Amino acid sequence: MAPLLQVENLTIGFPRAEPVRDLSFEMGAGETLAIVGESGSGKSLTALALMQLLPRAAQVTSGRIAFNGRDLLTLDAREMRQLRGRDIAMIFQEPMTSLNPVMSIGRQIGEVLKVHEKLSGRAARERAIELLRLVRIPAAEKRVDDYPHQLSGGMRQRVMIAMAVACRPKLLIADEPTTALDVTIQAQVLDLLDTLRRELQMAVVLITHDLGVVAQWADRVVVMYAGRKVEQALPGDLFNDPLHPYTRGLLSASPRLKNDFHYLSGRLTEIPGSIVSAAGETGCPFRPRCRQARASCSHQVPPLIVQTPDRLVACPFTSPLKAVPDAAHLSL
Amino acid sequence: MPALVRIGRTLRRTLLQAVPTILGIVILNFFLLQLAPGDAADVLAGEAGSATEESVAALRARFGLNSPVLEQLATYLGNLAQFSLGFSPRYGMPVADLIAQRLPGTLTLMAVALLIAILLGVVLGSLMATFAGRIPDRLLSVFSLLFYSIPSFWIGLMLIVLFSVKLGWLPSGGAATIGSQLKGLPALLDKARYMVLPATSLALFYVAIYARLTRAAMLEVKNQDFVRTAYAKGLTPFGVTARHILRNALIPITTMAGMHIGGMLGGAVVVETVYSWPGLGRLAFEAVMGRDFTVLLGILLLSSLLVIIANATVDLVHAWLDPRIGAR
Repeated sequence: MAPLLQVENLTIGFPRAEPVRDLSFEMGAGETLAIVGESGSGKSLTALALMQLLPRAAQVTSGRIAFNGRDLLTLDAREMRQLRGRDIAMIFQEPMTSLNPVMSIGRQIGEVLKVHEKLSGRAARERAIELLRLVRIPAAEKRVDDYPHQLSGGMRQRVMIAMAVACRPKLLIADEPTTALDVTIQAQVLDLLDTLRRELQMAVVLITHDLGVVAQWADRVVVMYAGRKVEQALPGDLFNDPLHPYTRGLLSASPRLKNDFHYLSGRLTEIPGSIVSAAGETGCPFRPRCRQARASCSHQVPPLIVQTPDRLVACPFTSPLKAVPDAAHLSL
Repeated sequence: MPALVRIGRTLRRTLLQAVPTILGIVILNFFLLQLAPGDAADVLAGEAGSATEESVAALRARFGLNSPVLEQLATYLGNLAQFSLGFSPRYGMPVADLIAQRLPGTLTLMAVALLIAILLGVVLGSLMATFAGRIPDRLLSVFSLLFYSIPSFWIGLMLIVLFSVKLGWLPSGGAATIGSQLKGLPALLDKARYMVLPATSLALFYVAIYARLTRAAMLEVKNQDFVRTAYAKGLTPFGVTARHILRNALIPITTMAGMHIGGMLGGAVVVETVYSWPGLGRLAFEAVMGRDFTVLLGILLLSSLLVIIANATVDLVHAWLDPRIGAR
């Protein structure tokens, strides 16, 4: 069976920079793919490219995004609009500002149904109430007339989710869906997403910088650095045996539980430098910050080495130097 | 909270604030007018040309102009308390009747001008925002700058020259064809023809303001996250603009429109004079020239009432447009 989404050699260009370079990944129906990376690694732009909603200055300069066998980059504006919200939906990082403040949530949810399923106002309202129940908002028939300012951040993100799943999309893109939320709410929202994914058989692209989220909810992980994929793995493999120096750095920079309940008392190690140093780098983008960099690293961008179909790494020096001692029990 | 409760609350707050405001305006205006030299008796006597000291004094006594200032104020406020605006020495009729004759003319002129200004301003502003930085935007910016800077009396005169004198399409003054026996729809159309030029002259300045304001507000709203959400739902660019951007951008525009109603009343004086439109503005102008302070006070009182009503309306429109406002 052909994969649901196939991204091949995607390159996104601004007039003076290329924030995403030569990115490829694919995902099957119903799968959760996590894209991990720090700010500026190009993960949000990748998400926007999938929606064809890149900011005006940016554009896809090469590559292919095949969704259900159709190349999104060749669709015209009207065909793309029919996909958006119906087959591919997206939820954003900031639930506080992602909802229209002067429109009731019921009408905002109903709007997507009116556009794609040509529902009448009354029917759309009924469906909006059902959807609010689906995302576990209590007293949905009352809440449907509320405005965004009357809801908490977690509730607003639930409304965003209700809006996104309204037309039962095949692919849901969640761009840091819990970053702006309380830790206690984060798990609830992610659990909800995961439940809906199973109930509605959606594929989910989960964009995050939170490794704890990855460990618990992802089927596969793509690690991005400076616009490139540097490693791809199953979550278990990634945490037990990170290959790329950047992934190792990320893991040792995250707090983790020892014996499941105590925080490690030692200091967290940091990755020296910043992602800005990747700009203008002709070799490996991570070279300026890499502890095991060698002279050869500056000659060319290291190609992705396929170890197994599920394990790719863009570093030739991955001798199992176990930098991370504990098994991956990441804290949330 | 249901919309009606929200609107009711806003209305009650406005009404409670209106009473002291109006009282303050009346008293302040009364004293300001007392500072002006001369009174109605002087003007009447001067126009008659044969007045004696005694006849002027008799006039003053008849209209109560010779009593102390505070007593005159007390009398005026006493009249107001009985919902009477007093009596005009010059016109020889109650001020309320005088104003009632003129008010509809001014109100329709203002309403039509405001409607033109907002409709045209929002449409032009939306166009400018859509084409921001490109040719249509630049072109409209030049026009809006022109309309903003040209005084309305000059625009009025030029419109008369073009449309009445040269082209002969529209009448140059008045409010309806004199002596016409038209009824119903034809009468309305006849009045509309007389309305076009004055309303346009009054509106053009505000069209310029609203166009600029709409442009700025829409450009700001356009970059907000919820607009991206709307696009992600699969809405058309027009749908996003009409349903999401414009409604948020309208909030600053209604604020300005409310503030402009007072200013429009002032502008109406000029435009009504240019087009000999039988309205409140011209009555005010004549009252000043005739030192007819009772009429002037009545007009000022009514104008302040109009402004208060306009502000209340804006509050209501706000409460309707933006659910966050009524919730305070």
